[in-house]
Amino acid sequence: MTPLIETRRLNVRFGGVHATRDVNFSLAEAELRCVIGPNGAGKSTFFKLLTGQVKPTSGQILFRGKDISNMQPHDPGRLGIGIKTQVPSLFNGLSVWENVWLSARRTNGAAAANRITEETLERVGMSTHSHKLAGLLSHGMRQWVEIGVVIAADPPLILLDEPAAGMSDAEVAKTAELILEVNRKHALVVVEHDMNFIRMIAKTVTVLHQGAVIKEDTPDRIMSDPLIQQIYLGKKPH
Amino acid sequence: MNRFAQSWVSAAFVLSVGTALTLGLPFVMDDYTLLQGTIYAIMAILGVSLAFIWGFSGILCFGQAAFFGLGAYTYAVAVINMGDSTIPFLIAIIVPALFATLLGYVIFYGRLSDVYMGVITLTVTLILFNLINSTAGPEWKIGSAALGGFNGMPSIPTLNFPGQVDEALTPAHLFYLTMICLLLIYLGLRCLISSKIGRVVIAAKENEQRILLLGYDARVYKLFSFVLGGAIAGLAGCLFANWGAFTSPTIFGLAQSAQIIIWVIVGGLGTLVGPIVGCVAIQWLTTQIGTQQIFNSNLILGAILVVFVLLVPRGIVPSLGDLLELLWKKFKSKPSHEITHSSQPLTPEKNLADSGPNLGAVEKPLSKGEQLA
Repeated sequence: MTPLIETRRLNVRFGGVHATRDVNFSLAEAELRCVIGPNGAGKSTFFKLLTGQVKPTSGQILFRGKDISNMQPHDPGRLGIGIKTQVPSLFNGLSVWENVWLSARRTNGAAAANRITEETLERVGMSTHSHKLAGLLSHGMRQWVEIGVVIAADPPLILLDEPAAGMSDAEVAKTAELILEVNRKHALVVVEHDMNFIRMIAKTVTVLHQGAVIKEDTPDRIMSDPLIQQIYLGKKPH
Repeated sequence: MNRFAQSWVSAAFVLSVGTALTLGLPFVMDDYTLLQGTIYAIMAILGVSLAFIWGFSGILCFGQAAFFGLGAYTYAVAVINMGDSTIPFLIAIIVPALFATLLGYVIFYGRLSDVYMGVITLTVTLILFNLINSTAGPEWKIGSAALGGFNGMPSIPTLNFPGQVDEALTPAHLFYLTMICLLLIYLGLRCLISSKIGRVVIAAKENEQRILLLGYDARVYKLFSFVLGGAIAGLAGCLFANWGAFTSPTIFGLAQSAQIIIWVIVGGLGTLVGPIVGCVAIQWLTTQIGTQQIFNSNLILGAILVVFVLLVPRGIVPSLGDLLELLWKKFKSKPSHEITHSSQPLTPEKNLADSGPNLGAVEKPLSKGEQLA
């Protein structure tokens, strides 16, 4: 079966820096995958490659078998790739409702977009704040609104960059629940470094180190792997 | 009343005042004053064109005068050649729109930044100024229309009733036509702002990266706004050429370009009615200053701009709206038994919703209630 998204020998060089090395990555429909790695491992570059913000030096990115390596900035959204950036990217001067509505309205009529917006705000728990300006919300709420914006377009693939960054423990738990709920229908790639958060959501984890994939396994096996502990957690193997 | 309804009540208020002025002024004004009113309305149309593309689309265009001038010259050349003004009137809108399409395509599809946008639009305006300015020789003719160079084009035939060359519009007719155009443009732009296209345009101004991530091609929406702004400015140019039956290269000049920006800043960026107010106020002031000899008028206008940027940065209309809202909230926040016998508590939301027409809220883009549109 064709993977939902696949990368083949993906490489990126920034001058002398080899940020992504021969990355082969594959995600099935409705799968949830976490991508982890220490600072500078190439997580952000990998994320930007998938979202079209960075063009690969060599290699291919395939979405349902179609090469999308040279996309226009608005192409991922059209193809059905929903993207949540690390720093919440919202329309601050518009209300929560309008933020979500603009996402739903692109492919839906006005009435359907209204309905989808109501449902989505309910799903992300932001119905009571729908009239507030997005710019006035707390950081955690902004993260949830952005997840709402992404899922309102009903994309088959969702890319989340550090969705739990800067959240309190309670907010992290709620976000984990939300991601698992979203995963019932949508495939997700979650780039994250918070290991507790990853334990809450992940079934399979891909570990990046110095731009290359060094392991792909379950969270438990990843955590107990001496090599990963060494490079990711800074511990020396016993 | 929700904010959606409220914003339309405010728009209805603006339209009612506009309609009343359109119908009433010709009866109370002499011909000279009516001509003054017509030029205010023509310039207000020009102001609204920039109000839309700058205030709602975030495109700071220094070249609105270019489209205005093109509209005026296109009308003049076409009507001198054709006689009947019906088609020249339309061409005077189409030519600036096509020019805006070409210019906008280079700017937006070339992904030029805002600074370059400003530089390019200003440069194009000055190029047009110099080009037209140097067409004084008898060889510079389009058909039977001599461009006239720095002397300008005099005796431009006035608009006639469609298809009836001998039925030229009187000054009163031109006033009606101008006011109807202004009101229709205001109404049309308000409807556009509430539509999907308008919301995407505003959202792209708020956060272009997010609008791209949602799958909207921001370039198309920006180009659309730019072309619409160019077409409206072209219409204003056509009416201007009719108003004085004369056009000259100065309408492409720096002073003209700067003036439009000043109207928008003084009236209120991000509103449609603000630049109309700003335009009329500044024009009236310019006329008044012109009657005295003590101060240079440009010096006074410059001082007004500095004062506004420093003290009223949001402009007249939004500041007035804020003031009214504040006063209304103060009034409402009195203990309920003083103003009403109702046992219902007044929530802040209710205060806001019941605050009636509020010019500041009129133009706040995409208020929550507009979701129902």
